[in-house]
Amino acid sequence: MTAAVVDIDTALEQYDPVMGLEVHVELNTNSKMFCGCPTTFGAEPNTQVCPTCLGLPGSLPVLNAAALESAIRIGLALNCEIAEWCRFARKNYFYPDMPKNYQISQYDEPIAYNGWTEVVVDGETYRIDIERAHMEEDTGKSLHVGGATGRIHGASHSLVDYNRAGIPLIEIVTKPIVVPGDKAAAVAKAYVGMLRDLLRALGVSDVRMEQGSLRCDANLSLKPRGASELGTRTETKNVNSLRSVERAVTYEITRQAAVLSSGGRVTQETRHWHEDTGITTPGRGKEQAEDYRYFPEPDLLPLAPSREWVEELRATLPEPPATRRTRLQAGWGFTDLEMRDVVNAGAQELIEQTVALGTSPAAAKKWWLGELARAANDAGAELDDLGVGPEQVAAVQKLVDDGALNDKLARQVFDGLVNGEGTPEQIISARGLALVSDDTALSEAVDRAIAANPDVVEKIRAGKGAAVGALIGAVMKEFRGQADAARVRELVEDKLSS
Amino acid sequence: MGDLTRKTAVELAELMSSGQAGSAEITQAHLDRIAATDEAVHAFLYVDTDGALAQAKAIDERRAAGEQLGPLAGVPLALKDVLTQKDVPTTAGSKILEGWKPPYDATLVARLKAAGIVILGKTNMDEFAMGSSTENSAYGPTRNPWDLTKIPGGSGGGSSASLAAWQAPLAIGTDTGGSIRQPGAVTGTVGVKPTYGGTSRYGLIALASSLDTPGPCARTVLDAALLHEVIAGHDPLDSTSIDQPVPPVVEAARRGSVEGLRIGVVKELGGEGYQSGVEARFREAVELLTKLGAEVTEVSCPHFQYGLPAYYLILPSEASSNLAKFDAMRFGLRVGDDGELSAEEVMAKTREAGFGAEVKRRIMLGTYALSSGYYDAYYGQAQKVRTLIQRDFEKAYEQVDVLVSPSTPTTAFGIGERIDDPLAMYKNDLCTIPSNLAGNAAASFPCGLADEDGLPVGFHVMAPVMKDERLYAVGAALEAALAEQWGGVLMTKAPELEVAGR
Repeated sequence: MTAAVVDIDTALEQYDPVMGLEVHVELNTNSKMFCGCPTTFGAEPNTQVCPTCLGLPGSLPVLNAAALESAIRIGLALNCEIAEWCRFARKNYFYPDMPKNYQISQYDEPIAYNGWTEVVVDGETYRIDIERAHMEEDTGKSLHVGGATGRIHGASHSLVDYNRAGIPLIEIVTKPIVVPGDKAAAVAKAYVGMLRDLLRALGVSDVRMEQGSLRCDANLSLKPRGASELGTRTETKNVNSLRSVERAVTYEITRQAAVLSSGGRVTQETRHWHEDTGITTPGRGKEQAEDYRYFPEPDLLPLAPSREWVEELRATLPEPPATRRTRLQAGWGFTDLEMRDVVNAGAQELIEQTVALGTSPAAAKKWWLGELARAANDAGAELDDLGVGPEQVAAVQKLVDDGALNDKLARQVFDGLVNGEGTPEQIISARGLALVSDDTALSEAVDRAIAANPDVVEKIRAGKGAAVGALIGAVMKEFRGQADAARVRELVEDKLSS
Repeated sequence: MGDLTRKTAVELAELMSSGQAGSAEITQAHLDRIAATDEAVHAFLYVDTDGALAQAKAIDERRAAGEQLGPLAGVPLALKDVLTQKDVPTTAGSKILEGWKPPYDATLVARLKAAGIVILGKTNMDEFAMGSSTENSAYGPTRNPWDLTKIPGGSGGGSSASLAAWQAPLAIGTDTGGSIRQPGAVTGTVGVKPTYGGTSRYGLIALASSLDTPGPCARTVLDAALLHEVIAGHDPLDSTSIDQPVPPVVEAARRGSVEGLRIGVVKELGGEGYQSGVEARFREAVELLTKLGAEVTEVSCPHFQYGLPAYYLILPSEASSNLAKFDAMRFGLRVGDDGELSAEEVMAKTREAGFGAEVKRRIMLGTYALSSGYYDAYYGQAQKVRTLIQRDFEKAYEQVDVLVSPSTPTTAFGIGERIDDPLAMYKNDLCTIPSNLAGNAAASFPCGLADEDGLPVGFHVMAPVMKDERLYAVGAALEAALAEQWGGVLMTKAPELEVAGR
């Protein structure tokens, strides 16, 4: 059932959105948070389990020190204070994919709190305040079988894969984000994108949204423009791409605005985002707030990371995003406007990686913001999700630099890459895109062109040098554009000057 | 050589090292004794005849091959059914785990095996260690070998009864509020609760994580100390395990000296509600220790009186969460899985059918105490009391080296006598609970029989964290002095059980 919506401009004329973003990050530690099981993604179900992550009677958790280190580094990178003393807590609720029927999490004593970060949208910088970043263990994964939708409703039975149970998670929670309404969705997207880049730079997570290693829940409420009192919020889950973050926020603004402007009340609830239809639907009803009966986890000792250690970890942090942006822009020689386009397209990291592989900044920008951005837009995807990486862009540009391709052919190679037709070499061969630079073939073609166009030859010999273009054009036509135009010119000039 | 089941662990070890008896023979003697007496006593939930004999033979072979073995190698032991033993049924006294065979050994079990100790089987207990009489076992009560109409204590009544019935010279218990010490007291045996964190909880099916402490049970102080040394020590699989050397318990048990030891009698643990025979034996023991050179004073621990209520908030709170995993999804009992009911309904039906009344009572208490809006008043307040009790101990230990009291207010009561009165049942643990709340070491040693009923009385000793050796010093001194009076350990005064089919 699709809810009534109003268009976004109408919604923002009447209401200001207030957002809160909760991002779950799966850490890329070798072992799970509280046991030694491996964390490899995509293993056979229930092969990466032990008594502890299965919650068998008698088993106990032992904290993975690498997870704590990552948590602290994330906290520091988000300008948080790091707790001098904190504890884990048990969050109690029954669910089959929760082995112990409680989750080891942190409650009122998070490892990191009171931070901030910033994002840039359309050249404008927005500060995002961070409430907390805390550690917790992931749950298992339920697979609902026998229904039409794969959701629990209508399913005949469920299967649970506990490989994911106990994978270390960091939950990063923002304070309420208040930005101009027309920027809210873009800021949300930019924030998650910034986090993704930051976490990648920290080396703490694979940050693969499509694999669930970075997951975003978007809390959103509306208040009448200028009002100070917050409205009722919804929490939208299952937002699994950067583009979805933007779309889901926009959708909720328009849906809630429709509810409010028709005199209704927004229900406080969890909603599910549907990537395919672009709407949210109500999740399980939460008439009453669930009582998780949090209490300090007695199986684990309190944490008291020493200040010396915290400072050591601070020294390992990558460059802050703003400094980094300024440095890259200067190094690349991009104007402010060009850099804004790069950031807006989410291409900064991609260009950096491409340049690192030997491509000139201008060429890297040309492909990422041109051909590839267009392809992403057509596919409704982000640049990251195109399936084309910096290695491939650098490889194609190398072929251009070497004269094996021209820009026109390179565009066709990118088209092939986006369509998953294989490596650049495979595409060039399959599509027959190689530039002809075989002198014998070119020379024969030039001879044919000279013979076929005596009038043009006459003009050239009479001093009209520009007429050379016509002969080159004839040769290029014969090779359907796949000849090395510079070499053709040389050959024509050689032959006519002799 | 005599009856092998009447020997101490030390004596059995000597028989083996001198080649007079093998572990297989010793183990068989104890299996025979179990077969003959356990219908009456019901100390065991599972007797691992084949496993025990195989283990015993392996030890004999290793010894024959000239291998240097540990001091208790080949000695049989009774294991409380709350510790996981790989491929051996483990129930924690509950129907909800009936038939479950753990895929892994508890750290403590792994250490027993590594020391060559032969595990005879799993002993009966109150369901999930909730109780002081073993009457809450889903598999029927255990009876006290001193008087089969009496309880053997709880929750570890199976372990204490196996010792008192000469079924095993050694046993393992777990102590959350007194479940090693109170059974020890009422069966005339030795029960030691080590310092919390001194023994690993990995593989111990949790009742209350911040209180649970596994420990040794035996008929003599030295046997208990030797077992203590085997099972104690840091375990990286238990985050609350203390990374320090094991206290010198065996040395203290061998020396058995209280010369110059400062002993504090806890003023608040005595008087009204304490059986006269219990108090009489306790006083005599204190006098004996004085004669042996101990300096005895009275010490006040004013917050101990709040121990019981605090305990009955903290324990159910933790237990309500620890027992949530018993949900029919991955192991154990499953009720109502007819293809129609939802997972949640199967969980509810399984828990309804699988848990006994006392377990349900404590889950409900704990769920309530942790609920939003009640947390501060109950769980939070109880934690404050816990801190106050810890301070009482700290202050007391500034003046004395150990504290003493009776182990229990009364001797063993009748089976069925208190089962309908939870509060009366809970009061059994009045003296033992403070040590669990503070996490320090404590033990119960036999100190005689009450005049009015002829049943054993326990002498309770408490020592600071990681000063477990002081318990053994006091216990060994007392044991030696009393043995002179009695002509042996107290257990030798126990009435003979009627032995079936022998």
